[in-house]
Amino acid sequence: MNDAAPALEVESLVKHFTSGRRIGSGGGTVHAVDDVSFSLRQGEMLGLVGESGSGKTTLANCVVRLHEPTSGSIRLHGRDITHLSRRDLRPLRRDLHMVFQDPYSSLNPRMTAGEIVGEPLRLHRLAGRKVRTGRVAEIFERVGLGPEHRFRYPHELSGGQRQRVGLARSLILNPSVLVADEPVSALDVSVQASILNLLRDLQRDMGFSCLFITHDLATVEFLCDRIAVMYLGKLVEVASRDEIFRDPEHPYTQALLSAALVPDPAEQRQRRRVVLEGDPPSPLDPPSGCRFRTRCPLHDLSAPDSDEIEPPLREVSPDHLVACHLSAPGSKTPRIADPPVTTPVTG
Amino acid sequence: MSAEPLLEVSDLSVRFDTDEGPLQAVDRVSFTLAPREVLGIVGGSGCGKSVTCMSLVRLLPQTAAVTGSAVFDGVDLLALGPRRLRRVRGREISYIFQEPMTSLNPVFTVGDQIGEVVRRHLGLSRRAARQRAVELLQLVRIPAPERRVDEYPHQLSGGMRQRVMIAMALACDPKVLIADEPTTALDVTIQAGILDLMREIRERLGTAIVLVTHNLGVVADIADRVIVMYAGRKVEEAPAEELFAAPQHPYTVGLLGAIPRPGERQERLEEIPGRVPAAAAPLEHCVFADRCRFADETTRTQVPALRAVRRDHLVACFHPEADRAA
Ligand SMILES: Nc1ncnc2c1ncn2[C@@H]1O[C@H](COP(=O)(O)OP(=O)(O)OP(=O)(O)O)[C@@H](O)[C@H]1O
Ligand SMILES: Nc1ncnc2c1ncn2[C@@H]1O[C@H](COP(=O)(O)OP(=O)(O)OP(=O)(O)O)[C@@H](O)[C@H]1O
Ligand code: SF4
Ligand SMILES: [Mg+2]
Ligand SMILES: [Mg+2]
Repeated sequence: MNDAAPALEVESLVKHFTSGRRIGSGGGTVHAVDDVSFSLRQGEMLGLVGESGSGKTTLANCVVRLHEPTSGSIRLHGRDITHLSRRDLRPLRRDLHMVFQDPYSSLNPRMTAGEIVGEPLRLHRLAGRKVRTGRVAEIFERVGLGPEHRFRYPHELSGGQRQRVGLARSLILNPSVLVADEPVSALDVSVQASILNLLRDLQRDMGFSCLFITHDLATVEFLCDRIAVMYLGKLVEVASRDEIFRDPEHPYTQALLSAALVPDPAEQRQRRRVVLEGDPPSPLDPPSGCRFRTRCPLHDLSAPDSDEIEPPLREVSPDHLVACHLSAPGSKTPRIADPPVTTPVTG
Repeated sequence: MSAEPLLEVSDLSVRFDTDEGPLQAVDRVSFTLAPREVLGIVGGSGCGKSVTCMSLVRLLPQTAAVTGSAVFDGVDLLALGPRRLRRVRGREISYIFQEPMTSLNPVFTVGDQIGEVVRRHLGLSRRAARQRAVELLQLVRIPAPERRVDEYPHQLSGGMRQRVMIAMALACDPKVLIADEPTTALDVTIQAGILDLMREIRERLGTAIVLVTHNLGVVADIADRVIVMYAGRKVEEAPAEELFAAPQHPYTVGLLGAIPRPGERQERLEEIPGRVPAAAAPLEHCVFADRCRFADETTRTQVPALRAVRRDHLVACFHPEADRAA
């Protein structure tokens, strides 16, 4: 492990799927992730947001090597893991864990919660039965599950409890990097709150780095230090949480933030929002030039450049990256909407 | 909203006969809906939102025992014979189901499916039905409606499918549209478009909307009035602005505290400890008692009646916020 290196570095990552012929689609190449670069710093919570189908899950699956990337590289603590064989990858699995979106289908229905959580220890031959039982009990307590839950099967647990089991399983090996794909989206708000609080506490205590994927902006704002925004297979903006929410640059980020609903009618009904016209373009045939141009309210201002030239993701102010022709050091994109803000409740 | 109510639901209860025994899904719920009003129904998963709405149009299975009344246009929907029921359903009251993909038939085109509704209810010819389908697609702002009308559901994006569902529900100019989680499966930018569409429908066609959701942001955006349900009961009802500004029931307060609030730097989100009770019969005490920090002897032994803490603001709690503030 190289301590100075970022926990995770993704460089020029591409993942294309060759789709077969289906009714109504001619087959072709799905540009799910196209030339994406970012790094996850040590101990950082990085939020990844974007429209449905923009490639978030694909990116996460490439990072944990569930998908073979088409090209590009992935480094874990400075070590290139892009092409490691399954066998060489195995010891690294302890360091890099994933929590899945659907707490139900990702848990083996024939194993008890205790067995599910202890399995990584067993697979990695890290502990004998007795030690394992102790570790499982410990982590159960840590994630707020009772000892009685150890002998229950997934279908005997509530959604929130299942998600805790998934989290416990991911954390039992003390990974240094956690990739969480929409871990709370399927849950009730009150259950969501307890899982989010838990994740934040665990992260502070255990110090892991986390790539947190969601489409809920309020969640990333609560949890994450930095935020990356994805649109149609590309990163369009990366910045600190405060920057993104105070001063979103990319027109897509602005639209996304403006569409987020503020849970307060007095604020919500006064906000200026941009509703994006039309449907997201197909990843089978992404637009030339800027991929957002077909729906961008500022397209006229950047044409004809944006029709032909793809705007690169570049640093426009310290630690703030944007991919739009209208954004450059010293010149900002026009504001087209109001970011979500609630007036703090006092008292 | 003091107009004569369009729909008046009184003491609605639903009990299911399940393999594990009876289950009280809805317990003595009453509310009204005024013309042109958007009424939000919110609450956690399983609190009875969908069952409440489905019982109004009698879409529940045989295992459901429904009592109470739901008077629409002078007649009790719960007592309607099958013929009159069919006339009301789809024509005067339309329903959009929670899962859009399962409610569209994959083997028929969008135009066939909308056309079928107008032919059945309005007796239009095949040609007129197709024309109406195109108009409706236009109404819900689907681009190139003449082309889309001949497409199959899988050729449409999630947002467009939901628009088709809305178009279908509006086919006969209903007075009431019941929309069950119409935006839950969609992402935020698409959701914003659907909410704008519903607002526009209410303005242009005067349709009253019952909007079921667990997303308080959706309610904050569009609802005039909100009902909060918990474990089958209505625990609070208020105009939307007031509910958010001055929530009264400890459950509502907890729910609002549990969502991350944009623009604030919260250290922690509020959690509601414990679990929702599942009851075989109506509980004879406050449904929230075992999770409530204000619970006491009264709370654990009596059912709190709904009472008005302010005009139009009802709460079923022995210890609402208003009492504490005083
Ligand atoms: N195995 C696959 N074969 C072909 N196409 C795929 C495959 N997996 C994903 N895709 C396509 O790649 C694109 C990106 O999908 P992905 O699931 O990564 O999006 P996402 O951002 O996670 O969306 P969501 O928010 O809906 O989860 C989509 O167009 C999807 O249809
Ligand atoms: N057909 C049925 N048979 C037995 N029980 C049912 C049936 N339909 C619903 N229930 C139960 O009735 C209760 C209320 O369910 P309902 O679907 O109204 O919840 P909801 O508030 O719509 O929840 P969600 O937000 O998850 O959609 C739940 O406990 C549910 O399990
Ligand atoms: S480059 Fe042009 S089209 Fe693309 S996001 Fe910027 S303004 Fe919009
Ligand atoms: Mg995904
Ligand atoms: Mg429901």
